Amino acid sequence: MAGLPKPEELISKVNLKKMPSKKWMDTLPVEFKPGFYCYGAKGKNLEYVEFPNARDWSPTDPDWKLPEDWKKIVIEGIKQRLERFRTFHVFMDICVRCGACADKCHFFIGTGDPKNMPVLRAELLRSVYRKYFTVGGKLFGRNGGARDLDLDVLKELWYYFYQCTECRRCSLFCPYGIDTAEITIIGRELMNLLGLNTDWISGPVANCYRTGNHLGIEPHTMKSTLEFMCNDIEEITGIKIEPPINRKGAEILFVTPSGDLFADPGIYNAMGYMMLFHEIGLDYTWSTFASEGGNFGFFTSLEMAKRLHTKIYEEAKRLKVKWILGGECGHMWRVWHQYHNTWYGPVDFLEEPVSPITGTKFENAKSNKIVHISEFTADLIRHGVLKFDKSRNDNLIVTFHDSCNTSRGMGLFEEPRYIIKNVCNHFYDMPDETIREQTFCCGGGSGLNAGEIMELRMRGGFPRANAVRYVREKFGVNMLANICAIDRATLPPLMDYWVPGVRVTGVTELVANAMIMKGEKERTMNLRMEPLPGKEEQ
Amino acid sequence: MPFRIPTTAGQQFSLPWIKYSKIDNPSTGWGVALRMFFEIAFFRSLFRNTKADILNGRLYVGSNKWLWIGALAFHYCFLIILVRHLRFFVGETPWCISLIDSIDSFWQIGLPMLYMTDIIIAAALLYLLGRRIFNPQVKYISLPSDYFPLFLILGIVATGILMRYFAKVDITSIKELTLGLVYLNPIVPKGLGSLFYIHLFLVSVLFAYFPFSKLMHMGGVFLSPTRNLANNNRMKRHVNPWDYPVKHRHYEEYENEFREKMKKAGIPVEKE
Repeated sequence: MAGLPKPEELISKVNLKKMPSKKWMDTLPVEFKPGFYCYGAKGKNLEYVEFPNARDWSPTDPDWKLPEDWKKIVIEGIKQRLERFRTFHVFMDICVRCGACADKCHFFIGTGDPKNMPVLRAELLRSVYRKYFTVGGKLFGRNGGARDLDLDVLKELWYYFYQCTECRRCSLFCPYGIDTAEITIIGRELMNLLGLNTDWISGPVANCYRTGNHLGIEPHTMKSTLEFMCNDIEEITGIKIEPPINRKGAEILFVTPSGDLFADPGIYNAMGYMMLFHEIGLDYTWSTFASEGGNFGFFTSLEMAKRLHTKIYEEAKRLKVKWILGGECGHMWRVWHQYHNTWYGPVDFLEEPVSPITGTKFENAKSNKIVHISEFTADLIRHGVLKFDKSRNDNLIVTFHDSCNTSRGMGLFEEPRYIIKNVCNHFYDMPDETIREQTFCCGGGSGLNAGEIMELRMRGGFPRANAVRYVREKFGVNMLANICAIDRATLPPLMDYWVPGVRVTGVTELVANAMIMKGEKERTMNLRMEPLPGKEEQ
Repeated sequence: MPFRIPTTAGQQFSLPWIKYSKIDNPSTGWGVALRMFFEIAFFRSLFRNTKADILNGRLYVGSNKWLWIGALAFHYCFLIILVRHLRFFVGETPWCISLIDSIDSFWQIGLPMLYMTDIIIAAALLYLLGRRIFNPQVKYISLPSDYFPLFLILGIVATGILMRYFAKVDITSIKELTLGLVYLNPIVPKGLGSLFYIHLFLVSVLFAYFPFSKLMHMGGVFLSPTRNLANNNRMKRHVNPWDYPVKHRHYEEYENEFREKMKKAGIPVEKE
């Protein structure tokens, strides 16, 4: 990768045991290292969604063009959030600095930077909280872990809240359940109050507000993209599919992250969805407005997240569907699973989801009325609805990366594994300490999949890549499956860097590849138009 | 609590044929109660603790139960010692305290008999302090306010041990004093020695310091929203008490902007 040292060199300088000689409060101002910070937002993108302090800015500018009373805004912002979020208030108070979280963070492991230990990341903000909101902090000052908020501190907060992917691995190990994601979310909300957004996040947010999706795909382009995919499907299977778009009265609204409409290998997954729905004769529709399940607003403020997510709720109403089916995505599912129902409930204009094919009632989604594609597909397979030729995936030795959000914000572990085992002959899990609830982040979640922070991403993704390397060496794994669009974007460069030879796929692509469709011609190619095993010569 | 955001640590409740983690990923109030019980009584999350090391460019993650053992030992010994002390505050020692007392001195070594908890709490405290001094990561994150309660409790334990096993202070006189305090009729018996007053002073400092300090984690652990909420927000709606309507883009505005393009592409529209 351009500009990056070789993998061995990159990691050889990391020493988790060696801490700086200076105390952490004395290490200001923070050095903005290239490859570790995202570019600043463009004014026009902030303005489009009426974010505060809209202007072009860059983190390396000495002058951040802040409003004059920025300090008051931050302190007031903290105060309001302490009142609103019990999480924030409790997490500011109860940490005992036991250090259990320290070596759980992929960014600490990959950088060795002590401020990437979750405890210290939180302590950056906690020290400010103590100074302005606690008796202890006012009384004991620095000895009580309190410090003044000044410009250097603000810059430090910004730098490190954009080096956290909100993966919540630390919250699993914390004896008090302190969730750094929650602290980062609120820290970023505070930054948002001053217009300190990143380009990589605010661009998609503005796009999503206007066109319904992060990539800014307009309705006619979305249609032609889907049709283009259907042409490929016809070439591979001989079956012609007409993608239903904005169709009123369909039973199900299908929403997936727009990443699946755009880039390799996500597009193969989108092809997979359409093949699956066609095969079972599902009465569904895409929506060009609700054309994004993901939510980069979630990485700016919870309010913005709600503003972006409303389109899904509105579209379900307008199109008069019965329930919603969601594609493979990480933070989209965190938002849908843990926030959506609170924002828009009671969702009484929809019906409790029932699979029209198997009759299974999705009890776990009866109030929110949103079902995960892996839950849906696992149920289909369990009922023997689908026929597979597993040998079509025989060239693949598969392992599964649990995405952070569906793991620690949901608990979706068995469904995708069940699916993979039914469509692939060769599946091997990575070591226990690196999967399921203990899974390691891809290194690029929460809006940190920007190109300019490739070094940070390669470092943050190192623990994940290390576990993949282990199964590659032991079992010859060559395919990394996942159920997240961000993973499909971030894992390919991560694999190329650390574990060359391992490719990345969505789970539904594997399903569609093995699925025997009614009336299909003899398949010679997989969805990537590569020859199937045994058909190489043709 | 605005949102239901538990950290899920096991398989979710979904399809009937998939076994789900009723405790680590609870979908009911009972599951949450059990999860909290294991969290508070057995430090479930800390039990999960691992240790990461990089050797020759490879990451190794292994199990690490030391902190769990140390923390559990310290907290339980502290509790038992606290309970044992109740005998100083009631006229006649209740049977349950006597029982704890006799279990704690089960080995019947020496006179007065040696309490196991005295040894264990001292060892656990030294371990916890040792971590702060010798583990570079923990040392780096430690504040003066992390050392202070450790030294304070060490001081209390040390004076207590000295009084019981070495100075052998007169327990009857102490009981006179404590009962006097309980009945709001304080008396100061003679011959109690400075050790006792140091012990009493440190305990008073601990009680006074408690509410302002990190020791509040004792109460906070019950309130932690990542642990005390069920993972069932798709099944049962959670209400945000301060929810407010937000400005968002309506379909109508979207169609107004893209209508011509949509029509041209043959995508159905609301207004022709």
